[in-house]
Amino acid sequence: MSRIETFYEVMRSQGITRRSFMKYCSLTAAALGLGPAFVPKIAQAMETKPRTPVIWVHGLECTCCSESFIRSAHPLAKDVVLSMISLDYDDTLMAAAGHQAEAALEDTIEKYRGNYILAVEGNPPLNEDGMFCIVGGKPFVEQLRHAAKDAKAIISWGACASYGCVQAAKPNPTRATPVHKVITDKPIIKVPGCPPIAEVMTGVITYMLTFDRLPELDRQGRPKMFYSQRIHDKCYRRPHFDAGQFVEAWDDENAKKGYCLYKMGCKGPTTYNACSTVRWNEGVSFPIQSGHGCIGCSEDGFWDQGSFYDRVTDLTQFGVEANADQVGMAAAGVVGGGIALHAAVSALKSAQKKTQDKPASEEV
Amino acid sequence: MPDDLIHSPNVKVEPLVSSQLAGDATHEDVESIRLRTSVFVYEWPVRLWHWLNAALILVLIGSGWLIASPLPSMEFAEATFQFVMGYTRFAHFAAGQLLTVAFAARIYWAIVGNHHSRQLFYVPVWKKRWWQEVWFELKWYAFLEREPKKYVGHNPLAQIAMFFFMTIGISFMILTGWALYAEGAGQGSWPDMAMGWLIGLVGNTQVLHSVHHLGMWFIVIFMMIHIYAAIREDIMSRQSMVSTMISGTRTFKDDRPD
Repeated sequence: MSRIETFYEVMRSQGITRRSFMKYCSLTAAALGLGPAFVPKIAQAMETKPRTPVIWVHGLECTCCSESFIRSAHPLAKDVVLSMISLDYDDTLMAAAGHQAEAALEDTIEKYRGNYILAVEGNPPLNEDGMFCIVGGKPFVEQLRHAAKDAKAIISWGACASYGCVQAAKPNPTRATPVHKVITDKPIIKVPGCPPIAEVMTGVITYMLTFDRLPELDRQGRPKMFYSQRIHDKCYRRPHFDAGQFVEAWDDENAKKGYCLYKMGCKGPTTYNACSTVRWNEGVSFPIQSGHGCIGCSEDGFWDQGSFYDRVTDLTQFGVEANADQVGMAAAGVVGGGIALHAAVSALKSAQKKTQDKPASEEV
Repeated sequence: MPDDLIHSPNVKVEPLVSSQLAGDATHEDVESIRLRTSVFVYEWPVRLWHWLNAALILVLIGSGWLIASPLPSMEFAEATFQFVMGYTRFAHFAAGQLLTVAFAARIYWAIVGNHHSRQLFYVPVWKKRWWQEVWFELKWYAFLEREPKKYVGHNPLAQIAMFFFMTIGISFMILTGWALYAEGAGQGSWPDMAMGWLIGLVGNTQVLHSVHHLGMWFIVIFMMIHIYAAIREDIMSRQSMVSTMISGTRTFKDDRPD
């Protein structure tokens, strides 16, 4: 391979027609929030520019990100990504194993030095010198640092890599640490979610190829085009929220009617993701459409936010198994009792003072 | 009669003659009037802010409570024509925005207004004498002093409460409130540009919801203490309390100096 092939060449060699390729370009443009004028731009970039090499490494994770990926909504998205990564390095999806796989990683780093994208699924545990996650006989954190050194950019793929997810939930025994706290000298794009939406990945890579720059990120380092709005803002059940029509109990009449799941603890109002627009499994559904509230899986520390089924959640941050209302009412009760007592003593005291003052004032 | 009084009655003058003749004022009333003094403390913007703030806080507590724990589901119209939660949220947002503007105006008045309008915004911790007065006031509330002192503005203990519960508490609610509002307003909107950094700082906005909710209880507890203390002082102290926040004038019940 003297020349790096283009995405288009890879796709054609996988038996994808030009018609399907153009469809992919327009779908990706739509997903990125770009106008139709950008479709030929994307097509041209994919036809002419060398393919973006991707190294995909796995730390502490459950592989749900990869699972989500190979079931992406548009089959082409899956093909694109599989083409991208199977050619380079992904220890789950690649054919090679053992020493061959490790050799493939070194080859890829060597060949595309400074040009490849490092996709990280999962995160490194730092306790016990990283011994809680071993890849190729070494702690994962070493592989991560090694692969990150020559990467162009890093994609923190999923809630684990972005925020730590379940293995970093309190008390985090292995000290699982999100990627941006280990690698601090590379641009990092966070694509949180447990798992995240596959289209976001292809969208980000296509964007970087077309425009030669990182997509615009929000304050938390997430691509704005997918994470700038809450589930709640684009939820198809929002009119029921505004009307004050809620599911009051599982399987009640309102649940059958598809009312808002706010009272059932839906975290849509605090979760930034594209589920309510892009949806899952070829656009079939997403949790709320299936009758269950959002659990906020793309948010920082969502495991430590109390129950998935409470609207006013327990204040686990303060180490108290009570929510704001219980804490507040208890405090108000104590203060109220104190006031009542104080008022009673005040009344007695002033009555006492009156009787004591009487003879004194008569003397004057 | 002791000599160290603020003012001595002009015994030659007989006040309220017509009231006395009409049977309204008694002899004791007249003697009482001779002893009393008053001072103008709170200018109209301070009083207006106080009552507006109180009304807005009531609206905010009520609507905020209903946002966290909504009313039972209602179905009196198609969802399109029914806006129960929408109006509740509107009430909360509108009251919150008014509260912000009113608080900003109050800060402005602290700059241009009289000496007492500034008392809310600082605690003179550097003054030794002030601490002694705090201690005295604590003893008065612990029933260890027979009689309270006279104060023109807030007593030192009240000043601490006002500063922490109101100045800090309201600021906290305004900041977290606007950050939460920025979520709905969207990225790039001016509430987001002003307060979105807080969302970035906290990470998960469920945390922001929880602390804003706790803040409500903080204000509720302040209200309980504030109203109790105001009424108690009105009855038991040597000066007016409740009416001062209506007329702006503090009246003293006796003419002893301190």
